[in-house]
Amino acid sequence: MLSVLLAHTLVALAAPTLVARLGRRAFWVLALGPATAAAYALSQTGNVLAGRTPAEHLPWIPALGVAIDLRLDPLSWMMLLVVGAVGTLVLLYCSAYFARDAHGLGRFGGFLVAFAGSMAGLVVADDMLVLLVFWELTAVFSYLLIGHYMDRASSRRAAMQALVVTTAGGLAMLVGIVVLGVAAGTWSVSAVVAAPPSGPTATIAVVCLLAGAATKSALVPTHFWLPAAMAAPTPVSAYLHAAAMVKAGVYLVARFAPAFSDLTTWRVLVLVLGGGTLLLGGYRALRQHDLKLVLAFGTVSQLGLLTLLLGYGTRATALAGLALLGAHVMFKASLFLVVGIIDAATGTRDLRRLSGVGRRLPLTALAAALATASMIGLPPFAGYVAKEAALEAWAHDGDVLASVMIGVVGVGSALTVAYGLRFLWGAFKPRLASSPGQQAPGQQAPGPAAPRRSEDPEEPARPQPFWMAAPPFVLAVLGLAVALAPAVGERLLAPYADTYPVGEPGHLTLWGGFTPVLAVTVAVLLAGFLAFRYGDRVERLQGALRSPAGADVVYRRLTRRLERFAGAVTAGTQRGSLPFYLGVILVALAVGPGLALVWGLLDRPAHTAHAATARADTSEVLEFGPFAVVPWDRPAQFVVVIVVAVAAVLTANARRRLKAVILVGVAGYGNAALFVLHGAPDLALTQVLSETLILIVMILVLRRLPPYFSDRPLAASRWVRLAIGVATGLVVMVFVASAPLARTHVPVSVDFPEEAEAFGGGHNVVNVTLVDIRAWDTVGEISVLLVAATGVASLVFLRQRRSDVPRLDRAVTLQSAERPEGSATPSAPQRDWLLAGPTLDPGQRSMLFEVLTRIMFHPMILFALFLLFSGHNAPGGGFAAGLVAGLALTIRYLAGGRYELGEAAPVHPGLVLGTGLFLSAGVGLAALLAGQAALESTIVDLHLPVLGDVHLVTSLFFDIGVFLVVIGLVISILRSFGAELDRQAETGSRPPGSDRHTGALTGGDRA
Amino acid sequence: MTVLDTVPSAALLLAVGVLFAAGVYLLLERSLTRVLLGFVLVGNGVNLAILVAGGRAGTPPITRADAGAEPMSDPLAQAMILTSIVITLALVAFVLAMAYRSWQLHGHDEVQDDLEDTRIAQLADRDAPSYADSDAIDPRVTLDEEAATVRDEVALPEPAPGRRPGTGTRGGGDT
Repeated sequence: MLSVLLAHTLVALAAPTLVARLGRRAFWVLALGPATAAAYALSQTGNVLAGRTPAEHLPWIPALGVAIDLRLDPLSWMMLLVVGAVGTLVLLYCSAYFARDAHGLGRFGGFLVAFAGSMAGLVVADDMLVLLVFWELTAVFSYLLIGHYMDRASSRRAAMQALVVTTAGGLAMLVGIVVLGVAAGTWSVSAVVAAPPSGPTATIAVVCLLAGAATKSALVPTHFWLPAAMAAPTPVSAYLHAAAMVKAGVYLVARFAPAFSDLTTWRVLVLVLGGGTLLLGGYRALRQHDLKLVLAFGTVSQLGLLTLLLGYGTRATALAGLALLGAHVMFKASLFLVVGIIDAATGTRDLRRLSGVGRRLPLTALAAALATASMIGLPPFAGYVAKEAALEAWAHDGDVLASVMIGVVGVGSALTVAYGLRFLWGAFKPRLASSPGQQAPGQQAPGPAAPRRSEDPEEPARPQPFWMAAPPFVLAVLGLAVALAPAVGERLLAPYADTYPVGEPGHLTLWGGFTPVLAVTVAVLLAGFLAFRYGDRVERLQGALRSPAGADVVYRRLTRRLERFAGAVTAGTQRGSLPFYLGVILVALAVGPGLALVWGLLDRPAHTAHAATARADTSEVLEFGPFAVVPWDRPAQFVVVIVVAVAAVLTANARRRLKAVILVGVAGYGNAALFVLHGAPDLALTQVLSETLILIVMILVLRRLPPYFSDRPLAASRWVRLAIGVATGLVVMVFVASAPLARTHVPVSVDFPEEAEAFGGGHNVVNVTLVDIRAWDTVGEISVLLVAATGVASLVFLRQRRSDVPRLDRAVTLQSAERPEGSATPSAPQRDWLLAGPTLDPGQRSMLFEVLTRIMFHPMILFALFLLFSGHNAPGGGFAAGLVAGLALTIRYLAGGRYELGEAAPVHPGLVLGTGLFLSAGVGLAALLAGQAALESTIVDLHLPVLGDVHLVTSLFFDIGVFLVVIGLVISILRSFGAELDRQAETGSRPPGSDRHTGALTGGDRA
Repeated sequence: MTVLDTVPSAALLLAVGVLFAAGVYLLLERSLTRVLLGFVLVGNGVNLAILVAGGRAGTPPITRADAGAEPMSDPLAQAMILTSIVITLALVAFVLAMAYRSWQLHGHDEVQDDLEDTRIAQLADRDAPSYADSDAIDPRVTLDEEAATVRDEVALPEPAPGRRPGTGTRGGGDT
């Protein structure tokens, strides 16, 4: 079976090439694909008859217990035979049907063979998930084949509709399969059927499975996709939408009916859906004028009947159902192929315009007559045998439900007779003197204005292409042949019917004697004939009974509504405004976690909150309900907090950029003071340095931004923002007040001091935490710094980032070229305190600043190094040291311009950043190589001749890496915001639209 | 010996609350510079919140032989805040670069509403489809009626000799 699937795959892949080389004759080769399936099924007939089930197994996802399990039991055998044989015949038919120069034949052939392979896989799969994969594959190929004429909107629409409907069902089926698989503990179809789960789980699974089957087999209310799918080329209609794919749903029902047909849910669904579809399809078929549509609605009707028979749940009906399935495949595929022949010969499928075709296409007419006879259940054809068996089974049961079934199927069969005769007569009626096409060619009935050919009744019958005429004829004759030996059919199909748990075994016979069933059959034939005879009246009656909105209209309205709803939801939620999104998030924070917090606090009794913590001093603790606070840790704290709060509020209110920036700086320095008061000198040091750097960087950028924030008329939203801000502040306050009180364990850091000394070899616990205890955090952090530095540079450097550093020698040559001889060069030689001083405009130079810079730079670098090396034992460390060194470079830049920066740090920042990260990560790697945990420190005590005892901890190198990354970040920032902005200002690269802000520069409240 | 007393200081709580309120107020602005300042303020508030979570004030967490009886403040909270301070610095630089870039490109540093989202909202107000799809236009006829008009590119029967000299094929559309 695997080789059969492989053959399909290979043939499908080769199809485009084959068609390109051989033209439409390539379909002969393509027919080999499905032929392997038919041949394999035939070769296994003996095994299947003997009760053996050939099986193959290929592991796929062992962890989930999913495997490509293939199994050939009688049901699969029959389906595989049908799929393979009809596929072969249809492909042979294609070789003559399509024009030699028809478009897209290679694609078409490939899809058709691939579909045949998927269908073959579907019917032999024994793993439910594999079955689902093949199931969806058939849907995809059906979509591609319906949309074969992709330049036509109607084809695309029909394809999309079929895909949406069947995939929706497929998704439901997936749910059912998962429920079933989990409940049964296996994905194997045969195991589930052998030991089906029960209870509500089984009911849910059954409903989902039937939803999949109903959409695939076009049962009401999803039947509408099948007639629309007639937009596909006729061979596709014959194969997918009559013989193969639509049978997948029926197959699923047949597969699971032995396990679940005793469930009430199953029975109700199957009987209602099947019976309703049977009647509705037949009724609608009577109204159609297009031959393909008559057959399509007829197929819908027959699919309902098949579902009814196979899902009913007794052995006799199951046998009848399987026989009818075989009969249906033969007559319906044959009839579709006949329609293709008529269409090709006459250029129309409208049964009001066809006449005299029978005389010209006698062989085709014979095939159609045989197939129709089977369809309407005339003896001695296959359709008759199957329907007799079904009626006999119900008559034998004799209960109320069976009587109802006989009634429903009787009416459905009468409709079948009527539309069957309508089809046959419409297609092949003899040429009448008063046929409308003859009488008034200009006023033809509505329909396509395709050119008609062969209107001349005297035109001699022409030989039809063999490959076109043979397949429908073969199928039609088979429909007669199998019926003549009903015992063989019974022997082949009975093993499947016997898997049903209830009912007596049924029989397939040609002649059951004079029974009530025979009377029913005669009545059905008579009623059907009358309905056909007075077809015009029936049509008028149907026209008068205006049916309510069809299912297809409902479907279209639903999809349109869904689209509108999606649009409204998107428009309502995706406003595209960042403040709106942030506001929603913060309101959610206040409403969700905020209220939960308040609720939890109100719920808990007072005093227990901080019971777990040891309190040094209870005298100053103030208690408010569940809260406990001290006014301040140290009195000075309160003073600083007032400064910070005032600065923060004024920042929010500031209109001038510079003022706002400086106020933020005040709040930041206030924070540093709070750190000092809290006993955190490292934090204070870092905060002061970083705050200074932020201030400088911001001012560097503000040079080029308008001095005032743009004034927007936001009076109303201002209050909203204020409310959100205050609410967030309150929520956070409550959170911060309650979190420390909720502590139930001793903090993890309680052992840090001892560990820092013993393992980290340092006295500064914070620094040891950074470089040793929690070094991974620091590695992550310096990586972020690297990314940020890269981002800054790439945003500011408009052109390709220059890898060269601005150096003095270049500046000198540039300036000597720019300045005319003796115009602005200082006449008197001047003592230069800075290397790059002369590159600046003399008006911008400050001698005092240059002198101070000259004096301060080297001490600052030394101080940075001191902080770096002493940081392990005293306040300092890589971060602080890097910031100090960065500040020193900043001062050089501020005093001497970008060439001074280039002279002070003549390296590319990327190099510094990379080296730093490499060093830090390298320490971790080295420790790993030395057999320790990554980033673990080693303490080395050396005795050096001059320096004396050296106490070296390897984490120092880690800290040096941090130091370098911070310096690299600062250089990168200075180069971007300082040097590059200078350069852009000098070259006068004003941004577009910046003139708008000239008003703001003069202090206006504009823009 | 680290501080085990976790009763928060009201002064720090107040600072956290005010920093958050002012910061969020600025974050909800459209000017990127103000958003950035708001972020710095909120960042300071978060740092103080972590500090409070670490417990009450103590001596600097530096182990000395001559340490007194007073417990040292929690070093773990401090290590986290130190990381946060430097990250804030990097973030400030990055957002400033964005603000500057925005000013370079558009002449202002304001965060604009997303154009595509605005367009979708306008379309939804008009109840119009969000993209032009000829396949979604409501056809006057049902799809099965349309399907009846589809013709395949079929091979035509050989014309009878001398009767109908014409092309041997028929086109696929019903144009």
